Amino acid sequence: MLQQKRWRFAILAILPTLAIFAWVRMYPIVETLRLSLHQWNILSKNKPFIGLANFRELFQDQLFLNALTNTSIIAFGVVILTVPTAMVIAGLIHHRTHSRFSGFYETSVFIPHVVSLVPAAMAWKWIFDAKLGPLNALLEFFGIPAQAWLFDPVLSVICIIVLCSWQALGYAVLIYLVGFKNLPVSLFEAAKLDGASGVQRFWHVSVPMLKPITLYVSVVTLISGFNVYAQAFVLASDSQGAPGRQVRVLVLDMLENSFRNYRVGYAASEAVVLLAIVLVLTLIQFGLLREKGRK
Amino acid sequence: MKTRGKLIDFAIDVFLFCFSILMILPLVFLVSNAFKTPEEIVAWPPRIIPSDPTLENFRSVLADTPLPLWIFNSVAFSTLSMVAIVMTSAIAGYVLAKFPFRSLNIIFILILATAIVPFEVYMIPLYFQAQALGVLNSLWGLLLGYLVMSFGIFLIRQNVMHSIPDELLEAARIDGAGEFWIFWRIVLPLLRGALGALAVLAFFQAWTSFAWPMIVTTTRNSYTIEVGLALFQTGFTVDLGRLSAASAAVLVPSITLFVILRRNFVQGVASTGMKE
Repeated sequence: MLQQKRWRFAILAILPTLAIFAWVRMYPIVETLRLSLHQWNILSKNKPFIGLANFRELFQDQLFLNALTNTSIIAFGVVILTVPTAMVIAGLIHHRTHSRFSGFYETSVFIPHVVSLVPAAMAWKWIFDAKLGPLNALLEFFGIPAQAWLFDPVLSVICIIVLCSWQALGYAVLIYLVGFKNLPVSLFEAAKLDGASGVQRFWHVSVPMLKPITLYVSVVTLISGFNVYAQAFVLASDSQGAPGRQVRVLVLDMLENSFRNYRVGYAASEAVVLLAIVLVLTLIQFGLLREKGRK
Repeated sequence: MKTRGKLIDFAIDVFLFCFSILMILPLVFLVSNAFKTPEEIVAWPPRIIPSDPTLENFRSVLADTPLPLWIFNSVAFSTLSMVAIVMTSAIAGYVLAKFPFRSLNIIFILILATAIVPFEVYMIPLYFQAQALGVLNSLWGLLLGYLVMSFGIFLIRQNVMHSIPDELLEAARIDGAGEFWIFWRIVLPLLRGALGALAVLAFFQAWTSFAWPMIVTTTRNSYTIEVGLALFQTGFTVDLGRLSAASAAVLVPSITLFVILRRNFVQGVASTGMKE
């Protein structure tokens, strides 16, 4: 009787949230999966089922393959740049916890992570600007010829990586700081007694102990790297917004297929590819963590 | 030995100090460019304090764009999203933590399973849902994508399990308190810290959202600040001074807000890394 009353409260209380959740989260996810197997051009009424034809076409589509390559390079580039830097910076900040500036360090490293994407990208657009930007002025000062940073296809990918890393760093540092705080102090004392230097302690104690955190931060950063869109939109569009010049990334390609070419089913199959990438990364993370737990 | 250690600490401080300055320097220059004349923006080396500060850039941005309206849209959207997420997460998190029924476990697994799906994956069908409801180009359309947050539900569930003992709830029940009264008068006050962190997180999530507002809003008056700025910068006649002015007008309040709420925010973000 009492149990039943509590059960009724629980169901009634969670029902609104569950309904919203089903409506704006589960339904569209299922719909994405379903649409990816259909051919649907917004204008036509019928959506014939075409099996995996969308996916077959996708992997022969130069624009999509180009987007996939760019996105992967950006995602891995950001991880390679961000994770080691974050670990070192967090280690140093942790070491100087009692410094009167530690609050300042934490805040300024974290600020790029919270500012809105577009205004922040605007700042970098100025830095990278070929004619007016300080980066080229600085390079010329050292006798290096100016580069057309945002117009060259290779250089503009590098610019996007720099911008994304600048933003991702704050989050990674924060998570590492939590990790450093949770490391057992006794281990460091023991290493110190054995005569290990600060660098040795960092390399031989902190780095291996923080492996789960490194794994977590890497996967999170990779996943958000695969979803890159705003940064590419702002940095790599010229003043006329010519789409040909843009660095093609997955989300951009997907939105173009859906809203410019009206091929919704095709765009949905791209979304499924993105989902598959994210799932694989997450599974790898869980797998590695479990393996470590067993040892 | 001791002086050597102090010297190293000093060197680390100098390094960290320079690094921190470098991190915020792009934003500092953005704000300072907003007050510069076109000639001064291109001057080398760039100056942090403009020699001849001008408000011309701001004046011309306000004349050309509905910037205050965009800011209003963003603030309204972020606030509503924050309220929705805090409410749904508080109730669902509490129920999922303290009511051990099998049906609820299934719900929790469903929420867990969809948590890793990025928003970008399902936003196209969601767009058509918004279209069917006729809420494109409106606050409600924007809100549709940001009503719930899986992570928020986890965060509150985790917090309830760690900070609210079963005995407390049982004692209240024995005293004859109703379930709703317990949630409202006992659970919610105890969750104040976690809900605060979640609120800040939710607000900033909506505030910095880009892809969803980009597809949902297509009329100039319904843009959020992010979309408005992103499209403004692709215009023909736009120069860096005005772009910086518009960006600075958005950045300065949001950074100020962040510095004030730093503790809440850091607590919220740090807890994203805590899950097992």
